[in-house]
Amino acid sequence: MAPVLLVTQDLRTEDDLVHMRAAVKMHASDLGFSSLNQTKIMTAASELGRNTIEHGLGGLVIIEHLREPERNGIRLTFKDEGPGIHDHALALSDGYTSKKGLGLGLSGSKRLMDEFDLISPPGTVITVVKWM
Amino acid sequence: MPKETAVPLHAIISDSRDDILKEWIKAQLDDTSRSQAVPDASIKASSTEFFKLFERAISNGNISDIDRSEWEEVRHMLSDLSASRATQGSTPSETARFIFSMKQPLFARLTKDKSGPDAGAAVWELSLLLDKLGLYTTETFQKTRESIIKRQQKEMMEMSTPVIKVWDGLLAVPLIGTLDSARTQIVMETLLQKIIDTGSKLAILDITGVPTVDTQTAQHLMKTVSATRLMGAECIISGIRPQIAQTIVHLGIDINDIVTKASMADAIKEALARGGWTFEKQAENN
Repeated sequence: MAPVLLVTQDLRTEDDLVHMRAAVKMHASDLGFSSLNQTKIMTAASELGRNTIEHGLGGLVIIEHLREPERNGIRLTFKDEGPGIHDHALALSDGYTSKKGLGLGLSGSKRLMDEFDLISPPGTVITVVKWM
Repeated sequence: MPKETAVPLHAIISDSRDDILKEWIKAQLDDTSRSQAVPDASIKASSTEFFKLFERAISNGNISDIDRSEWEEVRHMLSDLSASRATQGSTPSETARFIFSMKQPLFARLTKDKSGPDAGAAVWELSLLLDKLGLYTTETFQKTRESIIKRQQKEMMEMSTPVIKVWDGLLAVPLIGTLDSARTQIVMETLLQKIIDTGSKLAILDITGVPTVDTQTAQHLMKTVSATRLMGAECIISGIRPQIAQTIVHLGIDINDIVTKASMADAIKEALARGGWTFEKQAENN
């Protein structure tokens, strides 16, 4: 079955991040994710959303409900038109940072979610999925 | 140059000043949708004062551009009025109706003696003017509300990061909400200052009320711990929920050199033990 669009939100400021986390938590909880998985999804969303704002110069997030015969899931898509990521392997390695963070945002989000997909450049589109 | 009106607006208003004012005040007092935020006496007083200034401004012949200097007194009075009503708890539409309720008594005068295109044009011009003044009150009202919200946010930010003295030499900071850079800065400043003031050797940072710990939050916490160490004190982080613990592990954040406890009670116990305190429960009397 086709995915159901739950919400689309702009990501420009720190306040947008707060709203996005609240929206992700609400939808994840509505879909029936456990408290642990809700926290994991929120944390991954927080990391990727911050990347969209800080590295991608702002963009948007799409939250969708994935429906398959055997399972349900949530898909978050982060899109920006920033400079993009040129060396995927380097960006995904633990501890690599282009700014002054811990360098765990991308790799950590990948570990927190079940599926992770990165398309870049031009711009950056990161899609993550968590199955129930 | 401001345009002269077709109808001698100023003359018409001066002729029946008292009647217009009386009708205007009555319209405001009779308004059934009015809340009780503004007392009758103050409506009468501000209406009388506004009308005086309005009449003076209109006598200059410019009724199209309220940004000009002849309208300065009127604008000034309207800002004060909107600001005071915003703090008194009036609604924005109520505040705008202060101006809009003037239309009926004024228009009645304009169309009474004259009819035809001239009166129509005058009503239209006056209506535009009153709309501008009404919007002006709404804008000021909004600005006042925004400044109130900003002040409250700041107060909340300061109040939401209290540093508590739990015991001699032991401080506790319960963190609630999102730990962004601004919050961390305030927490760090107040904590470090309190460490000096009380000569404390230990501080407990409790994150029970922090909904998510991502890499940025973790980095903020680590910076606070490092700064505390530089001051010669130690930090214990408590209130780590099971979900947060697992998330931190998955993210791959290394917190090995930070002392953590599941609950604030555990942290206090540990802190007091380090300070050489021992406690025992008194035998119960039968």
